[in-house]
Amino acid sequence: MPDPAEALADTQFEFITFSAGGQSYCLEITQIREIRRWTPVTALPHTPADVLGVMNLRGAVIPIFDLSARFGLGATPGNERNVVIVAAVNGTTIGLLVESVSEILSVEKSAIQETPDIKSEATKHSIRGMISVDDTMVRVVNLDAVLENSTGAAQ
Amino acid sequence: MSMNSIRDTFFEECEELLEALVEGLSHMEEASDDMEVINAVFRSVHSIKGGAGAFALDRLVNFAHAFETVMDKVRDRELAVDEKLMALFHRSGDQLSDLVASARDGTDLDPTAEDSIVKELESYLGPEAKAEEFSFSAVTLDFDGGAPIDLPDLDLADEASDDQQPKENLFEVHFRPERALYENGHEPLLLFDALAELGPLTVEADLARLPDFDSFDPNDAVISWNMSLVTPESETTLHEIFEFVEGLCELNISLSSQAPCSPKPEALPVETASEPEPIAEVASVAEQQPEPKEPAEISIAAPDIVLEKQPEAQPSALPTAAAPKETRGPKPTLRVDLDRVDRLINTVGELIINQAMISQRIEELDLPTVAHLTNELEAYKLLARDIQEGVMAIRAQPVKPLFQRMSRIVREASDATHKKAKLVTVGDSTEVDKTVIERLADPLTHMIRNAVDHGLETSAIRQSAGKEPVGTIRLSAAHRSGSVFIEISDDGAGLDRERILAKAIEKNLIAPDVELSEPEIDNLLFLPGFSTAGQVSNLSGRGVGMDVVKNAVQALGGRVSIASTQGKGTTFTIVLPLTLAVMDGFVISVGNQTMVIPISSILETIRPNSKDIHVIGTDSQLVNVRGAYVPIVDVAHSLGLEDAKARETNGILLLVSTEAQDLTALRVSAIHDQRQVVIKSLESNYTAIPGVSAATILGDGKIALILDPEELIKLAHYNPLDPFAQNTKMELRHA
Repeated sequence: MPDPAEALADTQFEFITFSAGGQSYCLEITQIREIRRWTPVTALPHTPADVLGVMNLRGAVIPIFDLSARFGLGATPGNERNVVIVAAVNGTTIGLLVESVSEILSVEKSAIQETPDIKSEATKHSIRGMISVDDTMVRVVNLDAVLENSTGAAQ
Repeated sequence: MSMNSIRDTFFEECEELLEALVEGLSHMEEASDDMEVINAVFRSVHSIKGGAGAFALDRLVNFAHAFETVMDKVRDRELAVDEKLMALFHRSGDQLSDLVASARDGTDLDPTAEDSIVKELESYLGPEAKAEEFSFSAVTLDFDGGAPIDLPDLDLADEASDDQQPKENLFEVHFRPERALYENGHEPLLLFDALAELGPLTVEADLARLPDFDSFDPNDAVISWNMSLVTPESETTLHEIFEFVEGLCELNISLSSQAPCSPKPEALPVETASEPEPIAEVASVAEQQPEPKEPAEISIAAPDIVLEKQPEAQPSALPTAAAPKETRGPKPTLRVDLDRVDRLINTVGELIINQAMISQRIEELDLPTVAHLTNELEAYKLLARDIQEGVMAIRAQPVKPLFQRMSRIVREASDATHKKAKLVTVGDSTEVDKTVIERLADPLTHMIRNAVDHGLETSAIRQSAGKEPVGTIRLSAAHRSGSVFIEISDDGAGLDRERILAKAIEKNLIAPDVELSEPEIDNLLFLPGFSTAGQVSNLSGRGVGMDVVKNAVQALGGRVSIASTQGKGTTFTIVLPLTLAVMDGFVISVGNQTMVIPISSILETIRPNSKDIHVIGTDSQLVNVRGAYVPIVDVAHSLGLEDAKARETNGILLLVSTEAQDLTALRVSAIHDQRQVVIKSLESNYTAIPGVSAATILGDGKIALILDPEELIKLAHYNPLDPFAQNTKMELRHA
């Protein structure tokens, strides 16, 4: 995915960190449209388990994905702190159900490490990089990957 | 106003003129001697020529001119319209529209067709035709002074041969342009030049309205002119010169019997150039022009006039010329950017949703006495609906232009296949959403071509079958129960089912031993990769089959079906929703979900008695509806929401009729409400889901899926072991 910020070399990047499936993830703030409290969605027939359904976002119908299930970490358990992160990728708007949102992270470009070669090609594809924060590792989500194997991009 | 936007306006007008032209031509076919119609056709061509001249679109001008000249002969009753000439006119009309399109898009057009048509047109004219063609450019913007009239002797010959009475008339012309005249790119000097070609002209500028320098607005039109002209021409001819500025100026043409008065010394034509001119380009052209008097002296009667001249007795020309100009002017229509209309439609959609939400919230409040509130709410609902219908009507357009385009397709297709065919259209004025019309053009073209190519027989075969030698393609549109029905039918031989079946087996589309009913065989045509043409004709066998048509129609939320009678012909029926934005639906429960099903598809709702429900085979159920056994499809099961074991005998059955199956009963848990819902696309942010056509937002802000009964039934019938069904399934995914 072309990262608009990548062109501006040593600028600060801002990420929003959240947890999904017990792991720590983050998304660049420019990709996020809004964060909403979880409300029940309308389920869709003939869809995989990680597609929760569709939600009304001020008149637009947007699909909601369970990010944890999408990454193979099991369905997100129901919790009051669950939120939906509304993000925009390539002109489409989607919602990601996550366990909770933590903080805004401001890092230098150099602080983002490349994803090392790991066994799962799918995992490597869906993680753009990693940021180390106080001994914990925050994974940068590749939204394209989330979208790709979801909306039948093969069509 | 920039030159470009004037150009755009011209091409927009061209579209309308071409439509009028096609319409006129088809009327001419019915009543070839109706002067009104012939005049209308002439006017369309003439207006295109005039506009094109202003933009120096020479090819267009020359072609329109040749067309118009022959048309004029018809108008003067010098030429009788026979079948051959009519066909030529049709082809000329097509060519003209191609030329307009190529001029608009700046594309190159192969001149061979054009040349041959021009030659044919010219063959209808006398020897003077060539000279006329030359002279026309006299009224173009890039006209340069003396050039156009280089054949003065021919002009004279024209005049003589026209048996003109030498009687000279003196006309007094008062001409006061309005600001809009300049804004539309007109140039008075060119009008004067045109007048001067009719005879000696005296022009006097009236500077009385010229303001002080300080309050001078260069865009304002302040100068008016008084002219006197001595000419043998009629008043009608003078009016024709001002035809393009009608409504943009104050114009008085009066016939005065006085002797010609001498020009006043201060009446300097050069002053026209000093007139404030909003368009710099035009002004500079004007300045290069010689004084208008000069051409007037060179050409006493420019050949152009031969074209424009109308016999005084003509019924339609005279009233228009004499009619007060207030009654003329363009139709009171408004050109609005489509984006603005769409934004409005979206907002109104939100209004409808909002209205539903408010109603629902108030209901939830459970107020003790809400009678008056309910009334107000009902009024609000009606108002919102009125607004919505009004807004949708803006987008609705008659299918006429679309149908008219098809007459060309029929002509071209019948030429290419050497078959004789005519197009009959019914219900031209049926209004359909603009998007639907646009997206219907390709499928219709394809189906019309098919109808001519595969549907109709050759004249010889037709005659031996006791039919008219000319085949008829009938294209009709009508509104019926909230849908638009478009039918394309031919009176050809009907579908050759044996060949279709053989073909489908040969192409491995179906298993060789499958027993298919007649409608099922017909529907094989819609399978991807099916084409009946024995050989690939350059017309319809381009590898795209009826499946493309079907997909296009389904993408519009419509369906296409087929009916054929051996020896009598084939009819394709396209059923489309009236609008793409709103529909009436039943709010239903399926399992524990709320969904919407379009009312238009439901014939009847049934609450069955358990004794009416019968099991057939292992798990199929039938319901007895007044003696007929109708298969039941469980919606929840079909959508994969529940296990088959969860099926029960209660619930409500919705009786629907689809193209594939005569009658099917859809089982749902309950019906809650009937309401208008705003259609929201699922595909814009997600992907198409089988059995679901779209989504909508209910009063509580929740999303409800809108079901597609046809697809639901197909899903329910999906059986991986049945090759026919497998194809249907494949189709689903592509749709």
